[in-house]
Amino acid sequence: MAYEQFYHAIKVDESLCYGCTHCMYVCPTGAIRIRNGKASIRKEWCVDCGECKKSCPVDAFYIEQDDFDKIYDFKYRVALVPAVMIGQFPSNISESEIFSVMRELGFTHVFQTEHTVDVINDAMLLQARMAEDKPLISSFCPAVVRLIQVKFPSLTDQIIRVMSPVDASAIFFRKKLQDAGIPDEEIGIFYVTPCAAKIAGIKSQVSDRKSPLNGVINMDFLYNKVYHGIKNRAGRSSRSPGENLPNLGPKHISWSLTNGEAPYMKGRCLAIDEIHNVIDFLERVESEEITDVDFLELRACDESCAGGVLVVGNRFLTVERLRKRAALFKDIHGIPEDLEPYHDYLMNRLTIPTPEPRSMLVLDEDRAVAIRKMQQVRKLMCYLPGIDCAACGAPNCESLARDIVQKEAQLSSCIFIQRTMEKHKKLHGDHAIRIIEKTWGKDRLDKDCTKLGAKDEGT
Amino acid sequence: MGAMEFRYEVEGGNFSKAGHASSAVKKILKQLNVDARIIKRVVVALYEGEVNVVAHAHKGHILVNINEDEIGISIIDQGPGIPDIDLAMQEGFSTASAAVREMGFGAGMGLPNMKKNTDNFEIESQVGVGTTVRMTTRLS
Repeated sequence: MAYEQFYHAIKVDESLCYGCTHCMYVCPTGAIRIRNGKASIRKEWCVDCGECKKSCPVDAFYIEQDDFDKIYDFKYRVALVPAVMIGQFPSNISESEIFSVMRELGFTHVFQTEHTVDVINDAMLLQARMAEDKPLISSFCPAVVRLIQVKFPSLTDQIIRVMSPVDASAIFFRKKLQDAGIPDEEIGIFYVTPCAAKIAGIKSQVSDRKSPLNGVINMDFLYNKVYHGIKNRAGRSSRSPGENLPNLGPKHISWSLTNGEAPYMKGRCLAIDEIHNVIDFLERVESEEITDVDFLELRACDESCAGGVLVVGNRFLTVERLRKRAALFKDIHGIPEDLEPYHDYLMNRLTIPTPEPRSMLVLDEDRAVAIRKMQQVRKLMCYLPGIDCAACGAPNCESLARDIVQKEAQLSSCIFIQRTMEKHKKLHGDHAIRIIEKTWGKDRLDKDCTKLGAKDEGT
Repeated sequence: MGAMEFRYEVEGGNFSKAGHASSAVKKILKQLNVDARIIKRVVVALYEGEVNVVAHAHKGHILVNINEDEIGISIIDQGPGIPDIDLAMQEGFSTASAAVREMGFGAGMGLPNMKKNTDNFEIESQVGVGTTVRMTTRLS
């Protein structure tokens, strides 16, 4: 297939993964298989939502990030910080304290990601007015955009073609610094990301559309550094928090939370969070069961970005803090003053192309072959037990059947089929053990008292 | 060789399950690399058909036959039947009860929409016995 190779940011640390089924069960696209006792992710199926990382009992998933020292490649080092970064700290730590420490850590400027949401909102409203197919779907959440590409390819045309606040703000702040006389190559803009999908989205941008960002820093990493900085210094901060603080109002502060965008769009607008809820709703939209909705704000994480896989703080407390902050700044509204002269400049640069559909469901490009394969899947399902136990290393019986048909697994991977084969003397017991070891790792069935929950756990 | 058959039961009066067959068929067609616009047409027609059975009949079943070139769908119900098919085929005509309309169904677009979204559409009905709809759509 001629699809652009998609970068994806979630990786498995094989030294930590001990091969269980948690991630495989929760993966909303069925992208995980267990092979040789380790989780493996099917690149082209993964939407980087982070559900696997959230479910892992041993924290074996990690998210690739840029080396922090990369910021020193630039004379002017800009951190682009989303509201949830601030929200996750206890409320006695002020945002100016957080921003001061970030400047002590090496950034020359700290800007807020949501600075440009008014212009984005204008562009969204403009597209909504001209749209033929309803509902329009927000492009805010990169995991949702990818989900639509792989699982709901017929809906890609309904995604609003307006870039997310991160990219828009990076473009704005870069221009603003350039206009202050700083050469472009001396400006490094780094996004502090609450999720993996954002990283993947930036890294896999097509070559003729260069990302306005220079790098990405994981929020959990920076949270630890900042919190450590705050806890370990005597007295006041050595640096000011910089400009652009606080000047953002409730609309900006709440934009990345659930129901952040929907109140500012026209007509019947819905906000839905958590990826399984999103899938359930998109199924209905795709079948045209739901036709009279104008706009959908869809977020992959429960509680939207506050529930991001790299957000350290509890998501409900994060939301609470941000809602309080929004109430405190309730009198601030409208486009930030410094952005006003750049409104048209930005407006002209916000449009992005429609994401390409790239269905992962197709059994074969050739329909005759696809029908034959589906017939084989249905026939195999007559024999598989339908327990969906995942002991074969696939998330359920149907996935195993599809894997067998696609020559990525064998019928004897099923432990119940193995028992039946043993009963009919078609499989030797030793051979059965070898098959299990192929999926679950060598010596997996040996006694091991150090495993999670066992007598000598952790020794 | 080369054809697959699927059967789905439809329960009269249970609106929460309307859409069960159309979702299943959608999932199948996606796996067979059918163009998204064609899938949409098939699914819209089938969903309307399911809703009709749920709204008007006691019970029914759906038979789906898929081969390389086309999908054939038969929706067979045991229900009141349609006395005047020409009238029922008119846009906006509906016999749905107030309760059904309150749930957002019964706008009188069901049958016309089904016809519009299929390449071939046939309907027969016997009052007091039931209605059978046969629809065919080419897959390319």
